[in-house]
Order: sequence, then C-alpha cells, then structure tokens
Amino acid sequence: MPSSDDEVDRIPLSARPEWSDVRPVPQDDGPNPVAPIAYRDDFRETMDYFRAVYLADERSRRALDLTTEAIGMNPGNYTVWHFRRVVLESLNADLHEERDFLDRITMRNAKNYQIWHHRRWLAEKLGPEVANKELEFSKNILDLDAKNYHAWSHRQWVLQSLGGWENELGYCCMLLEDDIFNNSAWNQRYFVITRSPLLGGLQAMRDSEVGYTTEAILANPLNESPWRYLRGLYKGDTSQLISDNRVSELCLKVLKTSNSCQFALSLLLDLLCYGFQPSEELRAVVEALRNSEQDTVSSNLAATVCLILEIMDPMRSNYWAWRRNNLPSQVC
Amino acid sequence: MGGLEEEKHARYIVSVEKKKDDFESLVIEHLRMNGAYWGLTTLDLLNKIGAIDADAVVSWVMECQDKDCGGFAGNLGHDPHLLYTISAVQVLALLDRLDVLDIEKVSDYVAGLQNEDGSFSGDMWGEIDTRFSYCAICCLSLLGRLSKINVEKAVNYIVSCKNLDGGFGSIPGGESHAGQIFCCVGALAITGSLHHVDRDLLGWWLCERQCKDGGLNGRPEKLADVCYSWWVLSSLIMIDRVHWIDKEKLTRFILNCQDKDNGGISDRPDNAVDVFHTYFGVAGLSLMEYPGLKTIDPAYALPVDVVNRIFFTK
Repeated sequence: MPSSDDEVDRIPLSARPEWSDVRPVPQDDGPNPVAPIAYRDDFRETMDYFRAVYLADERSRRALDLTTEAIGMNPGNYTVWHFRRVVLESLNADLHEERDFLDRITMRNAKNYQIWHHRRWLAEKLGPEVANKELEFSKNILDLDAKNYHAWSHRQWVLQSLGGWENELGYCCMLLEDDIFNNSAWNQRYFVITRSPLLGGLQAMRDSEVGYTTEAILANPLNESPWRYLRGLYKGDTSQLISDNRVSELCLKVLKTSNSCQFALSLLLDLLCYGFQPSEELRAVVEALRNSEQDTVSSNLAATVCLILEIMDPMRSNYWAWRRNNLPSQVC
Repeated sequence: MGGLEEEKHARYIVSVEKKKDDFESLVIEHLRMNGAYWGLTTLDLLNKIGAIDADAVVSWVMECQDKDCGGFAGNLGHDPHLLYTISAVQVLALLDRLDVLDIEKVSDYVAGLQNEDGSFSGDMWGEIDTRFSYCAICCLSLLGRLSKINVEKAVNYIVSCKNLDGGFGSIPGGESHAGQIFCCVGALAITGSLHHVDRDLLGWWLCERQCKDGGLNGRPEKLADVCYSWWVLSSLIMIDRVHWIDKEKLTRFILNCQDKDNGGISDRPDNAVDVFHTYFGVAGLSLMEYPGLKTIDPAYALPVDVVNRIFFTK
C-alpha cells in the first residue's frame, strides 16, 4: 500500500515529460466484461502505462523504473515481476542494486510469494558470494516473524545451494531461547543435524540432541514440538528409542510433576507399543492419574494410558479410543 | 448461535464479483482466476451456481489463455502460470464446459513444467513447490492426461518432502504445514499412491491441529484459521481419519466466523471476510456433511457430482 508520503510526492505519469511518447493501454476486460473494474486513479494510471510497455516489450530503464512503481503499489502482481526480470536481463542491470531494492520491499511484504521467488532468482545469479548476506537477510525477516514459512524455505535453499552451515545450529539455539515453542526452529534444527556437511549426521548428533531436547521438555512439558523432535531423533530405530533410559525417565519425570501432560502419556504409549517394559514406579505414577470414577480397569498399562487420554484430551477421544482398540498383542 | 447463512454468503460472493471500486480488489486483480474458482465453487456448494452467466465466465476464462503455450493467466493481460491453469480447468469443469478446451494444448503446457527430479515449476521462471505438484496432477487428471508426465518421479519427489512427523513441506526438509500436506496427500491420492502415507502418524499430526476453540491451525503452536478447515479436513478424509477430530466443535468455530449481517466468512471470529475464507469455510462444512450443502470431493476440491460427471460419464 502506498504511504501518504508517496501520494503527496507522486507526479502523474501523464505529466512526466519522459513518458510523453507513450499511449497508456487501459485494462481490457474482454468483449463481455464479467465485472468491469473501477480503479483508483493513480493505480489505474500506473498499470495503464505498464501495460503499454509490456505489450510493446520495451526493455528500457524507464520500463524498469515503472515496474518499481507498480510493485510498490501492488507487489502481488506476478506479471509485473516477470517483466521486471526480463528487463533486468536485457539491461544487464546491477544485481546488487536489485538486491537492495528487494531488501526494502520484502520488509513490508514478508509473506509475498513473488518477492521470495525473485529473491531466489537473484541469489542464483549472484552465487555463493551472497550466501551470508542471504542468511543475514532471512534472519532479519525472522526477527519480525520467527515462523515465516517463506523465510525458512529460502534459508533452507540458501544453505543447500550456496552454503553457510557454520552457524546454523547456533542460530536455531538462539531462536529456541527466544521462543522454545517455535516449531519452525525445531524443524530447522532437524534440518541442520541431518543435512549439514559439517556435523556428523543424525547418529553422531543423537546423544547431545537428546540431552538438549530433554532439557527443553522439562522446562516446558506442554510444548508439542520437542516431543516430536525427540521421536525424530530415533528415526526408524524403535529399539534404540525404548532402550534409551533417558526417554522413559523423561516421561516419568514429567508425569510426576505435571499431572495433565498428554504429550508424556502419548510418548509412553508409543514406547509401550514398541515393546517397552515399564518399571513399577512408572506404573504407579500412571495409575495415580486414572480418574477414580472410571469403572474400567484395564489389564495393561497401555490401555490404561489410552483411557486416561480419552478423558484428558476429549477433542481427540476417538483417536485415543482407536489406539486402545489397536494395541499390539504383547504390550504391557 | 444459529446456522449457516446460505443466502447471505451467496449474495456476498455475487457482490464481490460485481463491485470492484475499492483498492482491495485492485490488488488481487491478477489472481481473479483463483477468485472465480473460490466464488463459483462456493455458489455450487450452496446450490446457487444457476445465478451465474456461464457463457460470460467461459469466454473470459478462454480470453485468459496464452495462445502460444496453452497455459492460463490470472486475468487478462497477465502471464500464464500453473496456479491459474488449474483454477481455469476447475471453473470450466464446474460449468460443464471442458469441451471448449484444446485438451492436448493445455495438458502439454502443464506436463512441460515437470522437472528432472519429478517436481513441478509454477511457470517458466522455475519456482518449485509441492503446491505445483498438486496443481499439475489435479489438472492433468481432470483432463484425462496424467500419462503425459512421469508419474513415478512426481510421486517420488512428493515422498522426498515427507517429514518424520508424517507431514509434508513445500520442499525436501521444509516444515510440515497443513496447506502443503493437502497438496501432497491430494496428489498422492489422485495418482493412487496413498500407500506412501503413514495414515496413523499423519492422522495424529492432523488431529493435533484442533485448538481449544475448536478451530484448526496449520502448524504446532499457531492460531486457528478457517482455511485450515479445508487443508486439514480434506487431508484427514483422504486418509480416512476424519473421525479423529471433534467435528461439532469445528462446525461451531466455522459458523462463528461468519458475518451474519453482510455474508462472507473470515479467517477467525470478528475479522474481515473475504472470498478465500468464505470458500474454505463452506467447503469445510461440506466435508463434514453440513445439511443443505452439496458434497465436495476432498482430492479434486470440486463438488462430487462434477467429478463424477468427468470420470463416470462417457
């Protein structure tokens, strides 16, 4: 949206000498307009002149400047962006200047697909020399909205295509310190530990990551992300998951201190389904959570956990009932 | 609290198509093809598509086709793109006017956007996103031309975007997001490849999207938004796990997002309405078999009778 300053300063294109040779082209709504559109005058005028240069395929400096104005008024117009790229290439324009322009525009339109795609197009052309600047820029956007999906996609692309992995795990730590509930940051953490060429991969990182995640969970047990992350660390290796004492002890600790933690219960349920043998202490803690009004006494701990969850998480009671009816035969 | 204001929503949509004197309409003129799809599908679900001048819509849609490459643009005077090509085909399907298409031309355009790794670009500029995998596969399936692409590679690329939580992102490694999940699950469903989905794991992730207010969010720890009533719900239905959410609470959430005076539905209660959220709210209610609404197909995002007409009438 143009600011009030822009409106005060803007000289109509029809009054600008450098545009005097151009006949603006009005919007063509077709022979039978489904719905004729009435435009605000300055926007209408800008788009009329844009259409003129677009149809004439005029790849000039003034055409470039015109796309700058059009983008300023409506950064979602993808045709304007396409034409801008065509003009930039034809003029062999300074792409570093283009980057500066893009930086300014993105701050105001951080969820715009066209802008992020243009950014990638630019970065591809500029190459690895801009890797750090691109990481810095996406960090600036994430400072304003740490879950901006476009910024994260862009950041992942930069890392994989241009490099810059050195500080990424540290960056994830920083974001999680700011907001331990940031699912995007947890996702990025997983991305780094599994794909960074500088770390050893999931196996090598698992131990320290289990420690990190456990701390995060203990600080805020009602946080969905680290519970999922913890499962992810044992990707496909359920025997490791059930034999690592830290996991079951984590469930125990959380259940002892926060008696309505469905995430701890659901992880415990998964452990039991994978064949985990619970300690007496764990059994006792779970039993204590059972609603004393519940008549149903179940023969195994897993079924008890499901019954508790059906009451504790009623919105998903069908899911927990389904789990209870589909327990493996050998489960405790 | 009351029910669905069918009349008001229908009138709201028709009025949006006609009135274009505000700045908000200007800034979305380039995606009018999507708007036509949202508006017309909603009208059809409300059993009110008869109010539309189908011929006028069809001739405008065809004016938006690029005569060289065969793709469709968002509006007159714009460049072709997959996003608008799928909407154009869907609009023509709704109006039972697919006969106006040169099917080979359109499908060649779509198929030409597939990359070596099986992914799809949105257009000649090369943006890659699993949204485009869905657009391509849905479009080609409606046109009966899936054989023009390498389906196996397309499926493999989508599977490469699967995350450990069972969800899917926009690119490999991208965070699971309900919108992307709809696109990936929809594409897998259409290509008969749902065996790649861990239904129980994904079903659980999806049902965890239901918030205390009954609405659905798109990712952990984010706010509920009516549009997720579609993305999450259609995904759950495609993997046969929709009974894992509380449908009554979700219905009440959607109904609370209506503007009961002027029609239209917003992203959350008491916010401004728009056609996008009106469509997703009504479509979500249709998926939950809200009385009076036509049934919508969760994969093709078109009324079931439209889909049946395409696949079962010869």
